[in-house]
Parts: sequence; C-alpha cells; structure tokens
Amino acid sequence: MRDKLNEIKDRALLQIAGAEGLEALNEVRNTILGKKGELTAILKGMKDVSPEDRPKVGKWVNETREAIESCLSTQLKKLESEALKARYSAEKIDVTMPAKMQPKGRLNPVTLVRNQLIDIFGSMGFEVYEGTEIETDYYNFTALNTPDDHPARDMQDTFYLSPEFLLRTQTSAGQVHAMEAGKPPIKIISPGKVFRSDDDATHSPMFSQMEGLVVDKGITLCDLKGMLDKFCKEIFGQEVKTRLRPSYFPFTEPSVEVDVSCFQCGGSGCKLCKGTGWIEVLGAGVVNTKVLEGCGIDTNEYSGFAFGIGMERIAMLKYGINNIKLLFESDLRVLDQLEE
Amino acid sequence: MLAPLSWLKEYVDIDVTAKELEEKLFSCGFEVEELIDIGKDVSKVVVGLVEECEPIPETHLHVCQVNAGEHGKFQVCCGADNVKAGGKFPLALEGASVYATAKDHVTIEGTMTIKKGKLRGFESCGMLCSGVELGLTEDMYPGAGYCGLLVLPEDAEVGSDIKPLVGLDDYIFDIAITANRPDCQSIYGIAREVAAVLNKPCKPLNVDYTETEVKKEAFKVTVDAPELCPRYIGHYVYDVKMDQSPAWMKRRLALVGIGSISNIVDITNYVLKELGQPMHAFDYSFLEGEQINVRRAGNGEKIVTLDEKEFELNDSNLVICDGKKPVALAGIMGGLNSEILDTTTEVMFEAAKFMRDNIRKSSRSLGQASDSSAMYAKGVYEYTTVLAMKRALHLIEELGCGKVSSTHVEVSSGNSIEPKEMKVSINRVNGVLGIKVPDQDILRIMTALNFEPVINGDELTIQIPAYREDMENYPDVAEEVIRMYGYDHVTPTFMPTAEVTMGGLNLRQKTELKLKRALCAAGAFEGIHYSFFSPKDFDLLRLPEDDYRRTAISLINPINIDLSLMRTTLAPQMIHAMARNQKKGTLSGRIFELGNVFIPKSLPLTDYPDERQTLCVGVFGQEESFYTLKAFAEVVAKTLGIEFTYEQSSNTFLHPYRTADIICDGEKVGYLGQVTYEIMDDLDMRTPAFVMEIDIAKLSKYYGKEQMFTPLPKFDIEKRDFAFVVNKDITCAQIENGIKEACKYVTHVELFDVYEGIQLGPQKRSMAFSVIFTPKDEAFDAERVDGFVKKILKNLEKNLGITLRA
Repeated sequence: MRDKLNEIKDRALLQIAGAEGLEALNEVRNTILGKKGELTAILKGMKDVSPEDRPKVGKWVNETREAIESCLSTQLKKLESEALKARYSAEKIDVTMPAKMQPKGRLNPVTLVRNQLIDIFGSMGFEVYEGTEIETDYYNFTALNTPDDHPARDMQDTFYLSPEFLLRTQTSAGQVHAMEAGKPPIKIISPGKVFRSDDDATHSPMFSQMEGLVVDKGITLCDLKGMLDKFCKEIFGQEVKTRLRPSYFPFTEPSVEVDVSCFQCGGSGCKLCKGTGWIEVLGAGVVNTKVLEGCGIDTNEYSGFAFGIGMERIAMLKYGINNIKLLFESDLRVLDQLEE
Repeated sequence: MLAPLSWLKEYVDIDVTAKELEEKLFSCGFEVEELIDIGKDVSKVVVGLVEECEPIPETHLHVCQVNAGEHGKFQVCCGADNVKAGGKFPLALEGASVYATAKDHVTIEGTMTIKKGKLRGFESCGMLCSGVELGLTEDMYPGAGYCGLLVLPEDAEVGSDIKPLVGLDDYIFDIAITANRPDCQSIYGIAREVAAVLNKPCKPLNVDYTETEVKKEAFKVTVDAPELCPRYIGHYVYDVKMDQSPAWMKRRLALVGIGSISNIVDITNYVLKELGQPMHAFDYSFLEGEQINVRRAGNGEKIVTLDEKEFELNDSNLVICDGKKPVALAGIMGGLNSEILDTTTEVMFEAAKFMRDNIRKSSRSLGQASDSSAMYAKGVYEYTTVLAMKRALHLIEELGCGKVSSTHVEVSSGNSIEPKEMKVSINRVNGVLGIKVPDQDILRIMTALNFEPVINGDELTIQIPAYREDMENYPDVAEEVIRMYGYDHVTPTFMPTAEVTMGGLNLRQKTELKLKRALCAAGAFEGIHYSFFSPKDFDLLRLPEDDYRRTAISLINPINIDLSLMRTTLAPQMIHAMARNQKKGTLSGRIFELGNVFIPKSLPLTDYPDERQTLCVGVFGQEESFYTLKAFAEVVAKTLGIEFTYEQSSNTFLHPYRTADIICDGEKVGYLGQVTYEIMDDLDMRTPAFVMEIDIAKLSKYYGKEQMFTPLPKFDIEKRDFAFVVNKDITCAQIENGIKEACKYVTHVELFDVYEGIQLGPQKRSMAFSVIFTPKDEAFDAERVDGFVKKILKNLEKNLGITLRA
C-alpha cells in the first residue's frame, strides 16, 4: 500500500511539474484528487482496510495528499503568475498615441484680458460697475465736459439711435452714473463694449474698453502713475517701465497717454514697438474738476483720476493677435488657441 | 498738421537737430507721427560745371566733361536738351542715389543708384540730373518742373552738396494736434511751442503795411447771423497785379501740400497755414451792391462753389452774400461767381470767425469740405482773424501785388480778444500733480508760454493769450507746468490718502463668469458678436411680420445696412458664425455667446431700452444632435442650481419636430432646436446645426442660491429596470412623471435605452428606464419594492396605456 501511495505521489509530482497552463494542472488535480481520482478512490477504499491498519494507512494517505496538494498549490501560483505576466505583456500599448480628450472650450481672448484686469484692479479695491451699451448723449458726452460743439466729438464718430440716445463711444459714460449713485470714496472699473463708426483693417465698429475711476481725498497724478505702474507690470511683466506723456481728453486735466517699455525687445526697438522702444497702452488723467462738480462732488475736498484701457488692444499686444476682427468672428481656429 | 523745419526756423532760432526737436515736441504733448526727411532718397549729388559738351553723332546725346570740384572731373553722357558747356547742373556721382523716372521723365518709379557705364561707346561716370530725379517739383524749386536738366544758379559752388542749395536738407514734421489746441493747427502756433520748449524767443510776425487814402465809401458789411459769425473783417485791396507767387512762398505751400494758384489765392492759403485762419478773397468787381451780408441761407437757395459743384441750401447753412446773391458758402468754399481770375484787379479779403459746430454740420450735410472748413471745425480764434488780416495785407505789400486801401470793415459781437487774467493757487496746482514744482520753474515755464506770470506767495497770476481758450482753471495750469517740467518728475505713489475699499465682482458678475467657465468645461468656445445686426436676418429667420424681434432699435448713421439694427436675438449671428466655420473647413464645433439683446420700450427711443443679458449656444457637426445641445441647457441649470423642463414647441427658424421651449418654474426662459434645412440651404451649411437661446436676465433671481447638503440614505437604495413598449407620441417626460407620481420613494428615473424595430410595429418604440427607490425610515424588502412596481405599472397603464415589453 505504501508503495502504491508513493508511486501515485511520484507520478503526481511529475505530472504537476509538467503541467503547462492552469487547465492541464486542473486535469492533474482531477485525475488524482477529483471525485474519480486515484487518491480519492483509495480514500473511499479505506473502509476495506482492517481497523488496526486504518490509522497507519490513513496517515500515509493524508501525507501523500498533503504532499500532492502542496505541490499543486506551488505550481498553481507559478502558473498564475506566468499567466498574469502574459496578460500584461499582451496588453502592451503605444503610449505615444493621442490622448482621448473630453471636449473643452475656451473663453474669448477679450474675456481672458477682461478677467485679468478685473483680478488686478479687484485686488486693489476696485468694484466692477457695468454701464449700458445704449447711453444718452448727456452721459456719454455732455457730462464728460464734451458739449455739443466740442471738437473732441470729432475724435469719435458716434452711432446715434435718436437725437438723445446713442451707442456709448467710451466706457467713461459709466463714470458719471457711478459718481451720481455713490459718494466718495469711489473706486470702480467699468468694462464693456463701446462703439465707433470706424471699420477698417485696424478698427472695428465695436470693441471693448475698461474704464477706471478713483475719487477720494488727496488723489494726485503721482497716484495715477503709481497705480498704472503696478497694473502694467502685472499685465506685461515685472520688468516693464511706464512713461506718461501729455495728451488730451475732455474729461481729464491733465490728460496723459501711458506707454510701457516694449516687452518684446526690452526697449531697444523692434517691429512691435515700431522701433521706438515704447508701446502706447492706455489713456488716463486727473478727473476734470468740471466733471466732478457736475456730479455734485466738492473739488475742494476730493479729487480723482481716471483711465481707459482698450481690451482688444491689450489682447492683441499680449497674445500677438494681428487683426482685431478675428476676435469677433467666432472662428474656432482662433478661439481654440489661448487658455485662461 | 505738417510743419516744415525751414518754415519754423523763420520764427525760432532752432539749434537742435530735427530728431532732437521731434523728441522735445513729443515730451510736451505734440506727437510727431512722422518726421519726413525730404532729401532722404538723394545722396552724393553735387554741383557740376559742364566744361566741355560735344554731341555724339547721330544721337541726341552729348558727352560732357564735368568739373565736380573737390570730387574731381568726370566724363558724363547726357541726353537732356538743355545741357551746355558753362552750365551748372546737379551731378550724381558714382554710387549716388536719385529717383528713377519712367519714360515720360516725370513719373517717379522708385530710386536708383548711379553706376559707371558706357553709352554708345563713351564711358559715363555719373549722371546729370533733372529736378524730378531729385524729387523736386516746380513749386519746390524754380526750374525743377522742366523736362531736362535742372539749371543751378551761376554762383553755385562747384563740387558742393546739392541738398542745401535746392532745399533738400529740409524736414517736415507731421504732428498730431490734440483737440484742445486748435491754436497749434498752424505753423506759427507750433513755432510758439517750439520756442517754449527750446526756451528761445518766438519772433513776432511781420504785420506792417501802409494804407493808402483810397476808400470805398459805399462798401458795407452786415452780419444778420451773429450767433454763427461773431466777427467778420473785410478789407479792400486795389491795383491788384495778378501773377505767380514768389518761389519762397510756392515752396512753403508745396511743402505743406498746397499747390500754387496765383499770388492772391496763395496769400490766403499761406495765411491759413501760417496762422490757422481761413481767409477768402473775392473779386470785388463781382460783388453787386458793394456790400457783404452774412446770413443764413434761404431754404432752397442755391450756390455753385469754386469747384463747380452746385448745392441746394437751407437755413442751417451760413452764406456770405453780396447785395443780391450768395457769393460764398461761409467757411467752406467761395462761390464760382466771385472767383479770383487772371483779370482780377480789385479784391475784398475776408477774415472771419464762424462757429465750428455750424461749419462742421454744414460741411457734413452738404458733403463739401476744404482746408478752411476743416480748420473751422477744429476751432478758429477771433484773435487770429485780426492778426491774419494784417498779415495778409502785409504780404500784399511784400509781394508788391496790390495796394492796401483804407476800407477796413470789422463787424464784431464784442468778444474781447485781449489776454485774460487768471489767478490760481500754486498749492492747488501742485496738489493736482502730487509733487512740488519749484516756483522759479513755474515762472520760467509760464513765461516761455507767454502767460506773463507773477507769483505772490501762493498766488500765481497769469495773462491768458486770446488763442488759449483751453485755459480755464488751476488743473489747466498744472498741465501746462508738468508738460514742460517733464512727466518724468511724477513719482509713483499708491494713494496714501485714500480709504481702503472692497473690490471685485458682484454676485451677478461672478455668476456670469461661472456660467461661462461651465460652458467652456462642457466643450463650448466663447464667441463675441457685434451688438448690431442686419434687417436681412429677420428674413433669414423667417420671423413673422408681427414678431416682437422685428421691433429693433435702428442706428441713424450705420456703417452699412448689415450693421444697422440693435439685435433683439443672438440667434442669427450664431447661425452665421456656424456657417462661416463650415465654410472655413471646420465642420463641427460648439460656440456660446453671453451678450445683450436690446428691447425698446418705445420707438423712437424716449427711455433706455431693456438690455437683456442673453445666452446663445450653437452646436454643429454630424455628431451633434438636439440632445447634445440640450446638455448645455442642463449645464446652465446645474450651474445655477435650478431645474429646467422642456416642452415641444415651434419656431420659424427651427425644425418643426425638433424644437423645444425651456421652462423654469413654469416660465418660458428660452428655446432650443435644430436649424431648418431652408436656412442651411440659404447659408450653404453642410452639417446640421442646432441653436439655443436662454434669457439669462430671467434667471438672475436664482443667482447665489444657498446650497444645502443632503445626508446619504441610511438604508440601501433599490434599483429596478423596466422596458416598455409605447406609442411614439408618448414622451419620455410623460413616462418619467407617471413613474414618479406613482411612488413617493422614487428618487431617480433615467431613460437608458430606446429601440425601434419592425417587430414592434411602425408607431411603437421600446423605452427602458432605470428607477431608483430610496428608503426613508426603514429598509425595503423585495416584497415592498414589488408593491411599488405594481403601483407604477398600474398608473402607467391607466394614464398612458403602456405596458411592460413582453
């Protein structure tokens, strides 16, 4: 009996070692340990063994089974590990193939600039005040020290809707509303669409501006310079310098144009700055006392400054967009380029 | 504004280079848009003396030996008919740059470099030049218009550079003048600024003349419209000898772009450019009744101007009349009937101030403009009318082309043309700037600008010249001071005296931005379209005649018809944008726009219209459908924390069976649907397009809704799937509602499969729903859920007549 068991064990171990693959191994298990397996048959035959031999034979059979099962289990682990390896290797991919993207849109470059400006000025304590696109002649011009016969009206070709109503030519139109609505201190920015009767390669009849207005005690031209310095550095880079030079707007006095040193060539002169080393970015000035007085603000106590930024101009400078009209055509080849 | 350096030098001793002057002008508020070097294309051209000149047989050419002084002697072949020995002509040396001309010897075709060459076997080292080849015209240099060599004066130094000799060493400043400084729309005005910025005196104009005793006793001027003409000056000049102007005057006019006509006309143009005062000269003999009357035109009155154009006038136009008829369109152009002719012997000079608004409006409405009307529209000072008349009369004498009578008529509304005194506080001036400008610098600057300042303690007293109407208050003084003192003195500060304020976006602005970002995250790109659109778009959309969207605010002066109405819907521009993208080869995409529509309360406008923030989304492409667009409506709802329902509806520009209204809390807030095949055809669209509009303004009441957390269910949820066979006219929403209303524990119903097939029958489809039951107080056992299912099925059968799929 002992020999038979040893013979079964030796054969089984050989078969287990030779089993290639999990199926073959299972077959080996079945032929020995399965319902009709050899060892199972011996176990079933234990009832025929004499009672005095039973413990001895039982022990032999168990030893044999344990040896076989231990071997089976080792082989199983080995085969499973091999099978997993094979599966991994079969699933090899080409990692350079394109990513599968969730479709994602983007904001318009003008909105990108708008958001940046709002972030900068918002953190400096400016509220965002949005006026209306349709304005009255009074708020767009007269209250901004630009009466009917003023030559500055020639500077802006205005779209009229009626003798009284027009499409605002400047977000400055919101200044007076803001000053009428609240008492100083006033610190607002007013982004929005403006309209001028200009339509050529560099002009669009609609574009966007952002007006800024500060009215408080003791506000000076130096404060305007300080604030615009900070703004230009945030937008165009910490290394840019700003320059004020005299200009004219009816609602500011003194009025200035603000230039930044060219952020492309650093001021040595290039195509972007037309060789001058400077780029004009916005207009500004100390609020004309007539405008303040018109809004009932005491100019003995308060003064202010205002500035107006062309948002498309900033977008074009910052991103190198060569045609303003591209911003209004919803060409997806344009819109799918700039990330917030 | 063009200002030649040579002309400015007549009034100011300019000792800096043109480039340096450009920078100085820039720093004090006069941006030089272009500094034109009129001799930039000409180099290495010197005075050449032709010592020998032999004809080359059987040609029109001559071979010349030309002496170029220090440069040597050269043999040059020349084809000009006026070449001769002993003559002095411009000689372009080897390597010189001059203008190339076409075969007509007149038209300039770029520049050329002179090279050594051979003509008919004769070596030619250089070229003798015509005026045109040097870029000169007859007005710029006498003889330059001749189609042959430019003859140089006999005293010209042989071998010397040609440029100073013929005035090619000059520069023209093209200066941008801001609207507050019409006084600088003139050479003399610029000269005053140049003098100030260089700290040099500006020489006074020579305005001397002698009046003779001749007088036209009968001549009179009346001004019937003083509100449009506060000052009118007329002066009679006789013994006029019509001729050409002298070379210096022609040259100056040429440099500022004015062609010479005759001495009298040139004088008016010269004064216009020099002083910024438009003038007019009438042939006195044509003035009937020996009088001038300035009045508003009669309605329907006609005039033919110098350029032979006829205009029908009305009482908003100002005319200058003689005793019988209009003889000039005031400030714009003289009449043909009183034109200066070669035969003119007596002249009435006019210098007047007309109101700029009137001239500008007349000029625009009549479509007639001139240098004069442009100047009046910018603003002319009464002070200058007086000065200009004196200057013109001086020029009459200087040119010797007439005699100045003592008939001088001046009609004035009585405005002062004397300097005005103003006192300001120096502290306030410095208060505007934020720096302390030393008193002596204020004195120096204000003196240079002719304000005759006096400082007494904090008080600055200045005399404002009559040409500085822009000076009204202390901020104006501050600007004058700082632009001359230098903006680089302004030091950056950061509002040390200001109060701290809260900044940033308000709730509405934040929500709008959140919405935009959510739409981007869902795959849409932000478009921005014009606020105006075309009336043709109403027809594109097939809007009925009485549709409210056809009631749009129109622009009085649109650029063109397609940009003539304020938009009442964002849809057409979105549809156009999708069509444009398809034309450019982008066959699928998603675009949104958040912008205003403009709904008038009445027309014509008497009040601000309703500017309603509106969202428009357009999707197009073979992969897109009603449902991919609907996802964007759901993005809006999710972002705002609200719920939309959808009802089948119709819209003239949308597919009759693929259109829905968007409902929120029982109110219609928008629509969505597929763009009709008719519109696709109209716009040559290749892939299907879908468009949605939501009246965002209606949703603003939901902005900033408080959000609350819902605790997770205590017991496991139960899920059941059902497949129904239903008639096609039964909607998904009906079934969903039927399921929900049958059992209060239903927390979620989702359609997960739709199937149509022949075996179901043509009017039927199978719809599979997944239903989730969420227990509240105790767990559900299977029996309980089966009970819910029974109730649901019963309800669906009763109300919608649908049963489970077998």
